[in-house]
Amino acid sequence: MLNAADLSALSITLKLALLTTLILILIGTPLAWWLARTRVRFKPVIEAVVALPLILPPTVLGFYLLIALGPRGPIGRLMEALGGRPLAFTFAGLVIGSVSYSLPFVVQPLQGAFTAVGRRPLEVAATLGASPMDRFLTIAVPLARPGFLTAAVLGFAHTVGEFGVVLMIGGNIPGKTQVLSIAIYDHVETLEYAHAHTLAGGLLLLSFLLLLAVYTLNRRFRMV
Amino acid sequence: MAIEAHYVVRYDDFVLDAAFTAPSRGITAIFGPSGCGKTSLLRAIAGLERGSRGEFSIDGVVWQDATTFLAPHKRPLGYVFQEPSLFPHLSVRANLLYGYKRTPTASQRVSFDQAVELLRVAPLFGRYPSGLSGGERQRVAIARALLTSPRLLLMDEALAALDAQSKAEILPFLERLHGELEVPMLYVSHATDEVARLADHLLLLDGGKVRASGPVAEMVTRLDLPLAHSRDAEAIVSAKITGHDETYDLSHLEFAGGRFLVPRVGLALGQPVRLRVQARDVSLTRERQSGTSILNSFPAIVDDVAEESPSQVLVRLTLSGVPILSRITRLSAATLELEPGRELFVQVKSVAVLA
Amino acid sequence: MLSLKTLRVLLSLGATLLALAPAVGDEIRVTLDSAGNDELRVAVASNFAGAARALVQRFEESSGYHVLLAFGSTGKHYAQIRNGAPFDVFLAADAERPARLEQEGLAVAGSRFSYARGRVVLWSPREGFVDGEGAVLAKGAFRHLALPNPKLAPYGRAAEEVLSARGLLPSLRDRIVRGENIGQTYQFVMSGNAELGFVAYSQVRAPGRSAGGSLWEVPRELYTAIDQQALLLVDSEAGRAFLGFLRSDAARRIIEAFGYGSGDAPC
Repeated sequence: MLNAADLSALSITLKLALLTTLILILIGTPLAWWLARTRVRFKPVIEAVVALPLILPPTVLGFYLLIALGPRGPIGRLMEALGGRPLAFTFAGLVIGSVSYSLPFVVQPLQGAFTAVGRRPLEVAATLGASPMDRFLTIAVPLARPGFLTAAVLGFAHTVGEFGVVLMIGGNIPGKTQVLSIAIYDHVETLEYAHAHTLAGGLLLLSFLLLLAVYTLNRRFRMV
Repeated sequence: MAIEAHYVVRYDDFVLDAAFTAPSRGITAIFGPSGCGKTSLLRAIAGLERGSRGEFSIDGVVWQDATTFLAPHKRPLGYVFQEPSLFPHLSVRANLLYGYKRTPTASQRVSFDQAVELLRVAPLFGRYPSGLSGGERQRVAIARALLTSPRLLLMDEALAALDAQSKAEILPFLERLHGELEVPMLYVSHATDEVARLADHLLLLDGGKVRASGPVAEMVTRLDLPLAHSRDAEAIVSAKITGHDETYDLSHLEFAGGRFLVPRVGLALGQPVRLRVQARDVSLTRERQSGTSILNSFPAIVDDVAEESPSQVLVRLTLSGVPILSRITRLSAATLELEPGRELFVQVKSVAVLA
Repeated sequence: MLSLKTLRVLLSLGATLLALAPAVGDEIRVTLDSAGNDELRVAVASNFAGAARALVQRFEESSGYHVLLAFGSTGKHYAQIRNGAPFDVFLAADAERPARLEQEGLAVAGSRFSYARGRVVLWSPREGFVDGEGAVLAKGAFRHLALPNPKLAPYGRAAEEVLSARGLLPSLRDRIVRGENIGQTYQFVMSGNAELGFVAYSQVRAPGRSAGGSLWEVPRELYTAIDQQALLLVDSEAGRAFLGFLRSDAARRIIEAFGYGSGDAPC
């Protein structure tokens, strides 16, 4: 049923989603923490910027990323100045695109979770001798755990389903940048509907099983 | 040795500008109407108020001044908040150990077992905060704060959110704390009964400013302060059990101005006690009365008189220096020709003994 | 709590589904509020957008009919028409989809004809980069060569044929990046991420909008003709009038001005 190209698209998709989720948790956590705690006046500006990918159509975002990554764009120039290779049509480029696009899906649940933790537990921890980093790791992060779960699931699912951005900056290179959603799209466009149904069904089932596993685990954790 | 503090914290609609000195031993109650800045003051002392400017030192050790600002986690203090603030993701034992583990061994003066025993929290160890009663949570919170071996314990209306029963359950623990550990405490409260039972020293806050401060017996009887004018105005007298009368089943409570006879209390000889004498239970006579059922009568000197209403006056008297209040009619006051310096006798109808 | 979680699962699944289904819901830009009889709805292949606008302007002036243009990929239009999309005329980017619709009985039989012929160029925004013989392909002094996905776009299929004819397909395979359509391919090249690419002549040398740079106009014998066919889906006066206009000399001049070979005329 699935040919080699499909399997490679599947593996690229999973790799991309996992890596994107990991990176988003790493950069999203401090960002969300800062947003949840700061009182600076320009906070709404940052929040709006983080939320922008929600509003921009993915292909539009992809288009701007393509220009930014290009040899005349800011990121492209930076890469060149650093002696790096251009990022468009590479897996690294896909990761950058996915990270930009899925950022709000990770930052917003985390920010919400950190806000819900509130100041009090952290103040208590401070009076018990915990340094800021200590109380972040031992109090804020454990208390925000449901937010981390939601953030990771949304980030992952959103990257798996991502299409527009990847379409624009990936170049659809089989084995390198061709992800599942584009493979499905190509099948639909070339009237290979049966093949498209198989892939789409498989993707849905896989995502469903994954989400089911995560939520079941979370429930069990919470009961402990 | 003393606690010396002066804080200025500006809020949008309120300025806390409080300076005070308090002994660095025993319990200092911070008392005042809600919104007077009690909690802000405590938070400033803990270093939790970002906008605070001021000075704080305890026994000469500076926590904050013009050039120093010790981060909250570097201040050797324990803080018990009004609502129980246990970490919900940690067991009772892990909550207790949280601060204990972070206290350098060299400065550990309260042992784990000591705090656990004092607040009787051992049976709760394996449980999580969500499964505890309000009183249990607050006991764990107090033990947790003690386990950092604080140089100063801050209690912010620690009992206010509890029902009467939980409150009654915890007060004895606080009294034990007072008696057994030499940790000075700043105790924010607006409950006079807690203050009467626990406080040695009283700091009166009003509108963000310190209105007065001093020993509690002095403060509750000063006629220029609001405490003396409450409906349940009372004097607090320190005494000691000096004997028991087996025949009539009475106890002798000796204080600086004489000796009270009260129905026998089950306390050992030599035990210090606090007596609460309500202003409405104290009557005045020109001569020492004989042929009266009242046992407790002492010579006293009028110190101050204040009219409270067209019919009532409040009289402050001293019994060999011990202040006491009497609330009588204006007519009686006129008949007795009360004025500062007049010598007469007080008759005390009833006394409450606080262990 | 449970219901909230369920909701979250559903939401994530929904988001996944939506993201996966652009082929179905995308780019239907037909205005459905004015369904008058003298109004003609035309589904147009994106590559022909500029020319179609110019044609419609002329047609409306001369006929008094009003034309609504809906641009999109021919694959999507085909799927939409099969599923009942209310188009009167279909200007496709190939001959295959119109032929299928005709076979499937979804069009007016015998109305199908070629209205334009696509011209493939190898283009780079850099002056002098692409030579007049396409020798730059063999020299290989580039990182990426962009072309439309051959499976999806006739221009892509044509580009692949050109590379095959020159025997370059195996050696360049790793450097080929594929756009989903000629529009995206043009963006790859225009942004500089790919140094050069196969695009439509009409994209880089449209009237009043020349993209500059250098190009090689690929000789027609190197690829199968890109035959763009028109089809009447719903029989009407207006539809017949429009298709008739497309065959007129005036229309042919416009089509050629936009860089296409004109339809059924020999070329």
